[in-house]
Amino acid sequence: MLEVTDLTVQYGAVRALGGVGLSVDEGSVTAVLGANGAGKTTLLRTISGLLRPRAGRVELDGRDLTRMPVEDIVRLGVAHVPQSGGVITELTVEDNLRLGGLWRRDRAALARRVAEMYELFPPLAERRARTAATLSGGERQMLALARALTGAPRLLLVDEPSLGLAPRVVAQLMAVLRRLCDEDGRTVLLVEQNARSALSVADRAVVLDLGAVVAAEDAAAIAADDRLRHAYLGF
Amino acid sequence: MVRFINLTLAGITSGVVFAAVALALVLIWRATRVVNFAQGAMLMFTTFLAWSVIDAGGSYWLALGVALASGLVLGAVIERVVVRPVENKPPLNAVIVTLGLYVLLQAAAGMIWGDTPHSYPPAFTIKGLSVAGTRLLLSPFDLFVIGAVAAVMVLLTLLFVRTDLGLRLRASAFAPEIARLQGVRVGRMLTLGWALAALVGSLAGVLIAPSVFVGPAQFDAMLVFGFTAAVIGGLDSPAGAVTGGLVLGCALSYVSGYVSSDLVTFGALAALITVLMVRPNGLFAASTGRRV
Repeated sequence: MLEVTDLTVQYGAVRALGGVGLSVDEGSVTAVLGANGAGKTTLLRTISGLLRPRAGRVELDGRDLTRMPVEDIVRLGVAHVPQSGGVITELTVEDNLRLGGLWRRDRAALARRVAEMYELFPPLAERRARTAATLSGGERQMLALARALTGAPRLLLVDEPSLGLAPRVVAQLMAVLRRLCDEDGRTVLLVEQNARSALSVADRAVVLDLGAVVAAEDAAAIAADDRLRHAYLGF
Repeated sequence: MVRFINLTLAGITSGVVFAAVALALVLIWRATRVVNFAQGAMLMFTTFLAWSVIDAGGSYWLALGVALASGLVLGAVIERVVVRPVENKPPLNAVIVTLGLYVLLQAAAGMIWGDTPHSYPPAFTIKGLSVAGTRLLLSPFDLFVIGAVAAVMVLLTLLFVRTDLGLRLRASAFAPEIARLQGVRVGRMLTLGWALAALVGSLAGVLIAPSVFVGPAQFDAMLVFGFTAAVIGGLDSPAGAVTGGLVLGCALSYVSGYVSSDLVTFGALAALITVLMVRPNGLFAASTGRRV
Protein backbone atom coordinates (compact mmCIF):
# COMPACT_ATOMS: atom_id res chain seq x y z
CA MET A 1 0.00 0.00 0.00
CA LEU A 2 2.76 2.42 1.01
CA GLU A 3 5.99 2.25 -0.91
CA VAL A 4 9.03 4.31 0.08
CA THR A 5 12.00 4.17 -2.26
CA ASP A 6 15.49 5.53 -1.83
CA LEU A 7 14.37 8.39 0.41
CA THR A 8 17.02 10.98 1.27
CA VAL A 9 16.26 13.89 3.60
CA GLN A 10 18.67 16.55 4.78
CA TYR A 11 18.48 19.29 7.40
CA GLY A 12 20.95 21.74 5.94
CA ALA A 13 24.23 19.86 5.80
CA VAL A 14 23.02 17.09 8.11
CA ARG A 15 21.74 13.98 6.39
CA ALA A 16 18.81 12.56 8.39
CA LEU A 17 17.83 9.81 5.96
CA GLY A 18 20.11 8.34 3.33
CA GLY A 19 18.37 6.20 0.75
CA VAL A 20 15.70 4.60 2.93
CA GLY A 21 13.30 2.11 1.34
CA LEU A 22 10.42 0.25 2.90
CA SER A 23 7.02 -1.08 1.98
CA VAL A 24 3.93 -1.40 4.12
CA ASP A 25 1.26 -3.98 3.28
CA GLU A 26 -2.40 -3.07 3.49
CA GLY A 27 -4.00 -4.24 6.73
CA SER A 28 -0.75 -4.74 8.63
CA VAL A 29 1.06 -3.14 11.53
CA THR A 30 4.61 -2.20 10.61
CA ALA A 31 6.98 -0.97 13.29
CA VAL A 32 9.89 1.36 12.59
CA LEU A 33 12.46 0.90 15.33
CA GLY A 34 15.79 2.43 16.21
CA ALA A 35 17.61 4.67 18.66
CA ASN A 36 17.33 8.44 19.07
CA GLY A 37 18.45 10.21 15.93
CA ALA A 38 18.03 7.16 13.71
CA GLY A 39 15.66 9.14 11.48
CA LYS A 40 12.33 7.58 12.51
CA THR A 41 10.44 10.82 13.02
CA THR A 42 12.00 12.32 9.88
CA LEU A 43 10.71 9.33 7.93
CA LEU A 44 7.13 9.83 9.17
CA ARG A 45 7.21 13.59 8.62
CA THR A 46 8.41 13.07 5.07
CA ILE A 47 5.68 10.52 4.33
CA SER A 48 2.97 12.89 5.58
CA GLY A 49 4.39 15.76 3.55
CA LEU A 50 5.71 17.97 6.36
CA LEU A 51 9.26 17.55 5.04
CA ARG A 52 10.41 17.57 1.44
CA PRO A 53 12.95 14.88 0.55
CA ARG A 54 16.10 15.70 -1.32
CA ALA A 55 15.68 12.51 -3.34
CA GLY A 56 13.50 9.43 -3.50
CA ARG A 57 9.78 8.73 -3.67
CA VAL A 58 6.83 8.07 -1.42
CA GLU A 59 3.92 6.29 -3.10
CA LEU A 60 0.48 5.40 -1.78
CA ASP A 61 -1.22 2.79 -3.97
CA GLY A 62 1.01 3.85 -6.81
CA ARG A 63 0.27 7.56 -6.36
CA ASP A 64 3.24 9.84 -5.86
CA LEU A 65 2.98 11.77 -2.58
CA THR A 66 6.43 13.27 -2.72
CA ARG A 67 5.47 16.76 -3.88
CA MET A 68 1.91 16.77 -2.58
CA PRO A 69 0.86 19.30 0.10
CA VAL A 70 0.11 17.89 3.56
CA GLU A 71 -3.58 18.82 3.31
CA ASP A 72 -4.01 16.75 0.15
CA ILE A 73 -2.17 13.75 1.55
CA VAL A 74 -4.60 13.82 4.50
CA ARG A 75 -7.45 13.67 1.98
CA LEU A 76 -6.08 10.42 0.60
CA GLY A 77 -6.74 8.85 4.00
CA VAL A 78 -3.34 9.25 5.64
CA ALA A 79 -3.46 10.36 9.28
CA HIS A 80 -0.32 11.34 11.16
CA VAL A 81 -0.30 11.30 14.95
CA PRO A 82 2.80 13.33 15.77
CA GLN A 83 5.15 12.82 18.68
CA SER A 84 3.47 13.54 22.05
CA GLY A 85 0.16 13.66 20.24
CA GLY A 86 0.06 17.27 19.18
CA VAL A 87 -3.38 17.91 20.62
CA ILE A 88 -4.26 21.60 20.50
CA THR A 89 -4.35 22.46 24.19
CA GLU A 90 -6.37 25.67 23.72
CA LEU A 91 -9.27 23.78 22.14
CA THR A 92 -11.77 21.57 23.91
CA VAL A 93 -11.57 17.81 23.65
CA GLU A 94 -14.64 17.83 21.40
CA ASP A 95 -13.19 20.49 19.07
CA ASN A 96 -9.93 18.55 18.83
CA LEU A 97 -11.85 15.42 17.90
CA ARG A 98 -14.05 17.12 15.31
CA LEU A 99 -11.04 18.79 13.73
CA GLY A 100 -9.67 15.41 12.72
CA GLY A 101 -12.70 14.60 10.59
CA LEU A 102 -13.64 18.06 9.39
CA TRP A 103 -12.09 17.60 5.96
CA ARG A 104 -14.70 14.97 5.15
CA ARG A 105 -17.77 16.97 4.20
CA ASP A 106 -20.32 14.54 5.67
CA ARG A 107 -21.31 16.11 9.01
CA ALA A 108 -23.63 13.29 10.09
CA ALA A 109 -20.86 10.73 9.63
CA LEU A 110 -18.50 12.97 11.57
CA ALA A 111 -20.89 13.19 14.51
CA ARG A 112 -21.25 9.41 14.41
CA ARG A 113 -17.50 8.83 14.46
CA VAL A 114 -16.99 11.33 17.29
CA ALA A 115 -19.60 9.38 19.29
CA GLU A 116 -17.76 6.14 18.48
CA MET A 117 -14.53 7.65 19.81
CA TYR A 118 -16.23 8.53 23.08
CA GLU A 119 -17.27 4.87 23.36
CA LEU A 120 -13.80 3.64 22.53
CA PHE A 121 -12.13 6.07 24.95
CA PRO A 122 -14.56 6.78 27.84
CA PRO A 123 -12.20 9.21 29.66
CA LEU A 124 -12.51 11.57 26.69
CA ALA A 125 -16.30 11.53 26.92
CA GLU A 126 -16.17 12.76 30.51
CA ARG A 127 -13.98 15.70 29.53
CA ARG A 128 -15.48 16.62 26.18
CA ALA A 129 -16.20 20.25 27.08
CA ARG A 130 -12.87 20.86 28.83
CA THR A 131 -9.78 22.15 27.06
CA ALA A 132 -7.21 19.56 26.10
CA ALA A 133 -4.75 21.35 28.41
CA THR A 134 -6.51 19.66 31.35
CA LEU A 135 -5.76 16.14 30.10
CA SER A 136 -2.99 13.88 31.39
CA GLY A 137 -0.26 12.62 29.08
CA GLY A 138 -2.02 9.32 28.46
CA GLU A 139 -5.34 11.02 27.80
CA ARG A 140 -3.69 13.39 25.34
CA GLN A 141 -2.24 10.45 23.46
CA MET A 142 -5.70 8.88 23.44
CA LEU A 143 -7.20 12.11 22.14
CA ALA A 144 -4.56 12.38 19.43
CA LEU A 145 -5.25 8.85 18.26
CA ALA A 146 -9.02 9.36 18.44
CA ARG A 147 -8.70 12.62 16.50
CA ALA A 148 -6.83 10.82 13.74
CA LEU A 149 -9.54 8.15 13.65
CA THR A 150 -12.43 10.61 13.25
CA GLY A 151 -11.06 11.17 9.77
CA ALA A 152 -11.48 7.41 9.13
CA PRO A 153 -7.97 7.07 7.70
CA ARG A 154 -6.77 4.04 5.76
CA LEU A 155 -3.16 4.54 6.80
CA LEU A 156 -2.27 5.64 10.30
CA LEU A 157 1.21 7.03 10.99
CA VAL A 158 1.90 7.00 14.73
CA ASP A 159 5.02 8.61 16.18
CA GLU A 160 6.23 7.26 19.55
CA PRO A 161 2.88 6.90 21.29
CA SER A 162 4.61 5.34 24.30
CA LEU A 163 6.68 8.43 25.07
CA GLY A 164 6.35 9.35 28.75
CA LEU A 165 3.47 6.97 29.44
CA ALA A 166 3.15 4.33 32.16
CA PRO A 167 3.76 0.74 30.94
CA ARG A 168 0.14 -0.23 31.52
CA VAL A 169 -1.12 2.68 29.39
CA VAL A 170 1.41 1.81 26.69
CA ALA A 171 0.11 -1.77 26.58
CA GLN A 172 -3.48 -0.50 26.21
CA LEU A 173 -2.49 1.82 23.36
CA MET A 174 -0.65 -0.95 21.55
CA ALA A 175 -3.67 -3.22 21.91
CA VAL A 176 -5.87 -0.48 20.41
CA LEU A 177 -3.53 -0.16 17.42
CA ARG A 178 -3.65 -3.92 16.86
CA ARG A 179 -7.46 -3.87 17.02
CA LEU A 180 -7.66 -1.00 14.51
CA CYS A 181 -5.77 -3.21 12.13
CA ASP A 182 -7.54 -6.51 12.82
CA GLU A 183 -11.11 -5.29 13.22
CA ASP A 184 -11.27 -2.16 11.05
CA GLY A 185 -8.73 -3.17 8.43
CA ARG A 186 -6.64 -0.05 8.90
CA THR A 187 -2.94 -0.04 8.09
CA VAL A 188 -0.58 1.19 10.80
CA LEU A 189 2.97 2.46 10.53
CA LEU A 190 4.25 2.73 14.08
CA VAL A 191 7.47 4.52 14.99
CA GLU A 192 8.76 3.44 18.38
CA GLN A 193 11.81 3.62 20.54
CA ASN A 194 10.18 1.17 22.90
CA ALA A 195 11.00 -1.80 20.64
CA ARG A 196 9.71 -4.50 22.94
CA SER A 197 6.14 -3.23 23.10
CA ALA A 198 6.09 -2.27 19.42
CA LEU A 199 7.25 -5.76 18.39
CA SER A 200 4.52 -7.29 20.54
CA VAL A 201 1.84 -5.92 18.18
CA ALA A 202 3.67 -5.51 14.86
CA ASP A 203 3.52 -7.86 11.88
CA ARG A 204 6.70 -6.55 10.37
CA ALA A 205 9.49 -4.34 11.61
CA VAL A 206 12.08 -2.09 10.04
CA VAL A 207 15.18 -1.16 12.02
CA LEU A 208 16.77 2.20 11.25
CA ASP A 209 20.22 3.32 12.29
CA LEU A 210 21.81 6.67 11.39
CA GLY A 211 19.30 7.22 8.60
CA ALA A 212 19.65 3.84 6.91
CA VAL A 213 17.69 0.58 7.05
CA VAL A 214 19.69 -2.14 8.78
CA ALA A 215 16.94 -4.78 8.90
CA ALA A 216 13.43 -5.32 7.56
CA GLU A 217 11.78 -8.58 8.52
CA ASP A 218 8.85 -10.21 10.27
CA ALA A 219 8.48 -8.81 13.76
CA ALA A 220 8.99 -12.25 15.30
CA ALA A 221 12.25 -12.75 13.43
CA ILE A 222 13.58 -9.40 14.60
CA ALA A 223 12.55 -10.09 18.17
CA ALA A 224 14.43 -13.39 17.97
CA ASP A 225 17.63 -11.91 16.51
CA ASP A 226 19.95 -11.36 19.48
CA ARG A 227 22.51 -9.41 17.47
CA LEU A 228 19.93 -6.87 16.25
CA ARG A 229 18.29 -6.60 19.64
CA HIS A 230 21.54 -5.85 21.44
CA ALA A 231 23.01 -3.56 18.81
CA TYR A 232 20.02 -1.41 17.93
CA LEU A 233 16.97 -2.11 20.07
CA GLY A 234 18.37 -2.02 23.59
CA PHE A 235 16.76 -5.11 25.08
CA MET B 1 -21.67 63.58 38.64
CA VAL B 2 -23.27 64.51 35.31
CA ARG B 3 -19.82 65.42 34.09
CA PHE B 4 -18.44 62.05 35.15
CA ILE B 5 -21.29 60.24 33.42
CA ASN B 6 -20.78 62.30 30.28
CA LEU B 7 -17.04 61.65 30.21
CA THR B 8 -17.69 57.94 30.69
CA LEU B 9 -20.20 57.89 27.83
CA ALA B 10 -17.77 59.71 25.55
CA GLY B 11 -15.04 57.31 26.68
CA ILE B 12 -17.16 54.28 25.82
CA THR B 13 -17.97 55.65 22.37
CA SER B 14 -14.35 56.25 21.45
CA GLY B 15 -13.38 53.10 23.35
CA VAL B 16 -15.45 50.80 21.13
CA VAL B 17 -13.69 52.22 18.09
CA PHE B 18 -10.29 51.65 19.71
CA ALA B 19 -11.54 48.17 20.55
CA ALA B 20 -12.36 47.49 16.90
CA VAL B 21 -8.88 48.56 15.79
CA ALA B 22 -7.34 46.55 18.63
CA LEU B 23 -9.40 43.53 17.59
CA ALA B 24 -8.11 43.85 14.04
CA LEU B 25 -4.54 43.85 15.36
CA VAL B 26 -5.19 40.91 17.70
CA LEU B 27 -6.82 38.77 15.00
CA ILE B 28 -3.77 39.21 12.80
CA TRP B 29 -1.32 38.73 15.65
CA ARG B 30 -3.01 35.50 16.69
CA ALA B 31 -3.14 34.10 13.18
CA THR B 32 0.24 35.10 11.81
CA ARG B 33 2.30 36.54 14.72
CA VAL B 34 2.62 39.78 12.79
CA VAL B 35 2.00 43.20 14.35
CA ASN B 36 0.23 44.95 11.52
CA PHE B 37 1.63 48.48 11.56
CA ALA B 38 -0.23 49.11 8.31
CA GLN B 39 -3.64 48.71 10.00
CA GLY B 40 -4.11 52.47 10.40
CA ALA B 41 -3.23 53.08 6.77
CA MET B 42 -5.44 50.22 5.60
CA LEU B 43 -8.50 51.60 7.34
CA MET B 44 -7.60 55.08 6.10
CA PHE B 45 -7.60 53.77 2.55
CA THR B 46 -10.94 51.98 2.81
CA THR B 47 -12.49 55.02 4.51
CA PHE B 48 -11.31 57.13 1.58
CA LEU B 49 -13.03 54.71 -0.78
CA ALA B 50 -16.22 55.13 1.27
CA TRP B 51 -15.79 58.90 1.18
CA SER B 52 -15.49 58.75 -2.61
CA VAL B 53 -18.85 56.97 -2.76
CA ILE B 54 -20.48 59.67 -0.64
CA ASP B 55 -18.71 62.40 -2.60
CA ALA B 56 -20.14 60.93 -5.80
CA GLY B 57 -23.62 61.12 -4.33
CA GLY B 58 -23.91 57.62 -2.88
CA SER B 59 -25.72 56.98 0.38
CA TYR B 60 -24.07 56.53 3.78
CA TRP B 61 -25.02 52.86 3.81
CA LEU B 62 -23.67 52.15 0.35
CA ALA B 63 -20.41 53.81 1.40
CA LEU B 64 -20.28 51.69 4.55
CA GLY B 65 -20.80 48.56 2.46
CA VAL B 66 -18.02 49.62 0.09
CA ALA B 67 -15.67 50.22 3.04
CA LEU B 68 -16.37 46.79 4.54
CA ALA B 69 -16.12 44.93 1.23
CA SER B 70 -12.94 46.71 0.20
CA GLY B 71 -11.52 45.97 3.65
CA LEU B 72 -12.12 42.25 3.13
CA VAL B 73 -10.45 42.33 -0.27
CA LEU B 74 -7.56 44.56 0.81
CA GLY B 75 -6.79 42.34 3.82
CA ALA B 76 -6.84 39.17 1.75
CA VAL B 77 -4.69 40.63 -1.02
CA ILE B 78 -2.14 42.04 1.43
CA GLU B 79 -1.81 38.69 3.20
CA ARG B 80 -1.42 36.76 -0.04
CA VAL B 81 0.93 39.14 -1.80
CA VAL B 82 3.17 40.86 0.73
CA VAL B 83 2.78 39.09 4.08
CA ARG B 84 2.87 35.44 2.92
CA PRO B 85 6.57 35.61 1.94
CA VAL B 86 7.61 36.83 5.41
CA GLU B 87 5.49 34.46 7.51
CA ASN B 88 7.66 32.09 9.54
CA LYS B 89 10.63 34.37 8.95
CA PRO B 90 12.36 36.52 11.60
CA PRO B 91 9.74 38.94 13.09
CA LEU B 92 11.70 41.99 11.91
CA ASN B 93 10.95 41.12 8.27
CA ALA B 94 7.21 41.41 8.89
CA VAL B 95 7.69 44.66 10.82
CA ILE B 96 9.55 46.19 7.88
CA VAL B 97 6.96 44.93 5.39
CA THR B 98 3.96 46.33 7.30
CA LEU B 99 5.77 49.63 7.91
CA GLY B 100 6.54 49.82 4.19
CA LEU B 101 2.92 49.11 3.42
CA TYR B 102 1.89 51.92 5.76
CA VAL B 103 4.07 54.39 3.87
CA LEU B 104 2.90 53.06 0.51
CA LEU B 105 -0.81 53.29 1.30
CA GLN B 106 -0.44 56.76 2.78
CA ALA B 107 1.46 58.02 -0.27
CA ALA B 108 -1.02 56.40 -2.65
CA ALA B 109 -3.96 57.99 -0.82
CA GLY B 110 -2.24 61.37 -1.01
CA MET B 111 -1.73 60.97 -4.76
CA ILE B 112 -5.31 59.89 -5.40
CA TRP B 113 -7.29 62.09 -3.03
CA GLY B 114 -4.85 64.86 -2.03
CA ASP B 115 -3.57 65.79 1.41
CA THR B 116 -6.40 68.06 2.54
CA PRO B 117 -8.69 66.33 5.04
CA HIS B 118 -12.31 66.01 3.98
CA SER B 119 -15.33 65.94 6.27
CA TYR B 120 -17.29 62.73 6.54
CA PRO B 121 -20.99 62.74 7.45
CA PRO B 122 -22.30 60.75 10.41
CA ALA B 123 -25.15 58.30 9.87
CA PHE B 124 -27.36 60.00 12.44
CA THR B 125 -27.35 63.31 14.26
CA ILE B 126 -24.44 63.94 16.61
CA LYS B 127 -26.58 66.15 18.85
CA GLY B 128 -26.53 64.68 22.35
CA LEU B 129 -29.65 63.05 23.76
CA SER B 130 -31.46 64.78 26.60
CA VAL B 131 -32.50 62.88 29.68
CA ALA B 132 -34.66 64.73 32.24
CA GLY B 133 -33.55 68.08 30.89
CA THR B 134 -29.86 67.24 30.97
CA ARG B 135 -27.95 67.09 27.71
CA LEU B 136 -25.79 63.93 27.59
CA LEU B 137 -22.57 63.43 25.66
CA LEU B 138 -24.24 60.59 23.85
CA SER B 139 -25.83 61.13 20.47
CA PRO B 140 -27.88 58.80 18.29
CA PHE B 141 -24.78 58.43 16.12
CA ASP B 142 -22.75 57.39 19.19
CA LEU B 143 -25.36 54.73 19.90
CA PHE B 144 -25.01 53.56 16.31
CA VAL B 145 -21.21 53.39 16.71
CA ILE B 146 -21.51 51.30 19.87
CA GLY B 147 -24.18 49.08 18.33
CA ALA B 148 -22.28 48.51 15.09
CA VAL B 149 -19.07 47.50 16.84
CA ALA B 150 -20.98 45.30 19.29
CA ALA B 151 -22.83 43.60 16.43
CA VAL B 152 -19.61 42.87 14.56
CA MET B 153 -18.04 41.47 17.70
CA VAL B 154 -21.00 39.20 18.39
CA LEU B 155 -20.95 37.96 14.79
CA LEU B 156 -17.20 37.33 14.91
CA THR B 157 -17.53 35.48 18.21
CA LEU B 158 -20.28 33.29 16.76
CA LEU B 159 -18.16 32.64 13.69
CA PHE B 160 -15.12 31.63 15.73
CA VAL B 161 -16.86 29.62 18.44
CA ARG B 162 -19.93 28.15 16.78
CA THR B 163 -18.94 27.25 13.23
CA ASP B 164 -16.66 24.66 11.65
CA LEU B 165 -14.95 27.45 9.75
CA GLY B 166 -14.24 29.14 13.08
CA LEU B 167 -12.79 25.90 14.43
CA ARG B 168 -10.46 25.75 11.44
CA LEU B 169 -9.49 29.40 11.93
CA ARG B 170 -8.72 28.86 15.61
CA ALA B 171 -6.78 25.65 14.97
CA SER B 172 -4.70 27.40 12.29
CA ALA B 173 -3.89 30.23 14.67
CA PHE B 174 -3.01 28.04 17.64
CA ALA B 175 -1.08 25.26 15.91
CA PRO B 176 -0.61 25.65 12.16
CA GLU B 177 1.34 22.44 11.61
CA ILE B 178 -1.10 20.32 13.61
CA ALA B 179 -3.99 21.96 11.77
CA ARG B 180 -2.44 21.02 8.42
CA LEU B 181 -2.11 17.43 9.60
CA GLN B 182 -5.88 17.47 10.19
CA GLY B 183 -6.40 18.56 6.59
CA VAL B 184 -7.06 22.23 7.35
CA ARG B 185 -5.93 24.46 4.48
CA VAL B 186 -4.02 26.78 6.79
CA GLY B 187 -2.92 29.16 4.02
CA ARG B 188 -6.53 29.97 3.18
CA MET B 189 -7.37 30.40 6.86
CA LEU B 190 -4.59 32.96 7.28
CA THR B 191 -5.85 34.88 4.26
CA LEU B 192 -9.36 34.81 5.69
CA GLY B 193 -8.04 35.92 9.09
CA TRP B 194 -6.40 38.98 7.54
CA ALA B 195 -9.54 39.71 5.53
CA LEU B 196 -11.74 39.59 8.64
CA ALA B 197 -9.31 41.76 10.58
CA ALA B 198 -9.23 44.34 7.81
CA LEU B 199 -13.03 44.32 7.71
CA VAL B 200 -13.21 45.16 11.43
CA GLY B 201 -10.58 47.88 10.88
CA SER B 202 -12.57 49.35 8.00
CA LEU B 203 -15.67 49.56 10.17
CA ALA B 204 -13.66 51.46 12.79
CA GLY B 205 -12.41 53.85 10.11
CA VAL B 206 -15.87 54.77 8.86
CA LEU B 207 -17.22 55.13 12.40
CA ILE B 208 -14.46 57.48 13.56
CA ALA B 209 -14.26 59.42 10.28
CA PRO B 210 -16.84 62.13 11.24
CA SER B 211 -14.72 63.18 14.22
CA VAL B 212 -11.21 62.96 12.75
CA PHE B 213 -11.97 63.85 9.11
CA VAL B 214 -10.64 61.82 6.19
CA GLY B 215 -7.05 62.46 5.13
CA PRO B 216 -3.96 60.38 4.50
CA ALA B 217 -2.52 61.00 7.97
CA GLN B 218 -5.77 61.48 9.92
CA PHE B 219 -5.96 57.90 11.18
CA ASP B 220 -2.40 57.49 12.48
CA ALA B 221 -3.62 58.06 16.03
CA MET B 222 -6.09 55.19 15.58
CA LEU B 223 -3.23 52.76 15.12
CA VAL B 224 -1.46 54.12 18.20
CA PHE B 225 -4.58 53.92 20.37
CA GLY B 226 -5.65 50.59 18.91
CA PHE B 227 -2.22 49.12 19.51
CA THR B 228 -2.19 50.47 23.06
CA ALA B 229 -5.60 48.91 23.68
CA ALA B 230 -4.46 45.58 22.22
CA VAL B 231 -1.36 45.52 24.43
CA ILE B 232 -3.39 46.44 27.51
CA GLY B 233 -5.55 43.42 26.72
CA GLY B 234 -2.59 41.13 26.22
CA LEU B 235 -2.33 41.19 22.39
CA ASP B 236 -3.45 37.56 22.21
CA SER B 237 -7.02 37.83 23.44
CA PRO B 238 -10.00 39.20 21.48
CA ALA B 239 -11.87 39.79 24.74
CA GLY B 240 -8.78 41.56 26.03
CA ALA B 241 -8.71 43.82 22.99
CA VAL B 242 -12.30 44.89 23.61
CA THR B 243 -11.70 45.50 27.31
CA GLY B 244 -8.45 47.28 26.52
CA GLY B 245 -10.27 49.54 24.08
CA LEU B 246 -12.94 50.47 26.63
CA VAL B 247 -10.40 51.02 29.43
CA LEU B 248 -8.31 53.23 27.17
CA GLY B 249 -11.31 55.15 25.84
CA CYS B 250 -12.52 55.99 29.34
CA ALA B 251 -9.02 56.81 30.61
CA LEU B 252 -8.43 59.23 27.73
CA SER B 253 -11.84 60.78 28.20
CA TYR B 254 -11.17 61.46 31.91
CA VAL B 255 -7.74 62.89 31.13
CA SER B 256 -9.12 65.22 28.52
CA GLY B 257 -12.15 66.20 30.63
CA TYR B 258 -10.57 66.61 34.05
CA VAL B 259 -7.02 67.61 33.16
CA SER B 260 -6.42 68.88 29.66
CA SER B 261 -7.18 67.68 26.16
CA ASP B 262 -3.53 68.34 25.28
CA LEU B 263 -2.53 65.48 27.56
CA VAL B 264 -4.61 62.77 25.85
CA THR B 265 -1.67 61.05 24.19
CA PHE B 266 0.22 61.19 27.47
CA GLY B 267 -2.83 59.60 29.11
CA ALA B 268 -2.61 56.67 26.70
CA LEU B 269 1.02 56.16 27.64
CA ALA B 270 0.18 56.38 31.35
CA ALA B 271 -2.64 53.83 30.99
CA LEU B 272 -0.34 51.47 29.10
CA ILE B 273 2.47 51.73 31.64
CA THR B 274 0.12 51.34 34.60
CA VAL B 275 -1.41 48.16 33.20
CA LEU B 276 1.92 46.68 32.18
CA MET B 277 3.37 47.38 35.63
CA VAL B 278 0.55 45.49 37.33
CA ARG B 279 0.16 42.76 34.69
CA PRO B 280 3.25 42.63 32.46
CA ASN B 281 1.55 40.33 29.94
CA GLY B 282 -1.61 42.40 29.70
CA LEU B 283 -4.97 42.07 31.42
CA PHE B 284 -6.07 38.93 29.60
CA ALA B 285 -2.82 37.06 29.20
CA ALA B 286 -3.15 33.31 29.64
CA SER B 287 -0.85 31.74 32.20
CA THR B 288 2.72 31.43 30.99
CA GLY B 289 3.95 28.16 29.60
CA ARG B 290 0.71 27.70 27.74
CA ARG B 291 2.38 26.56 24.55
CA VAL B 292 3.31 22.86 24.44
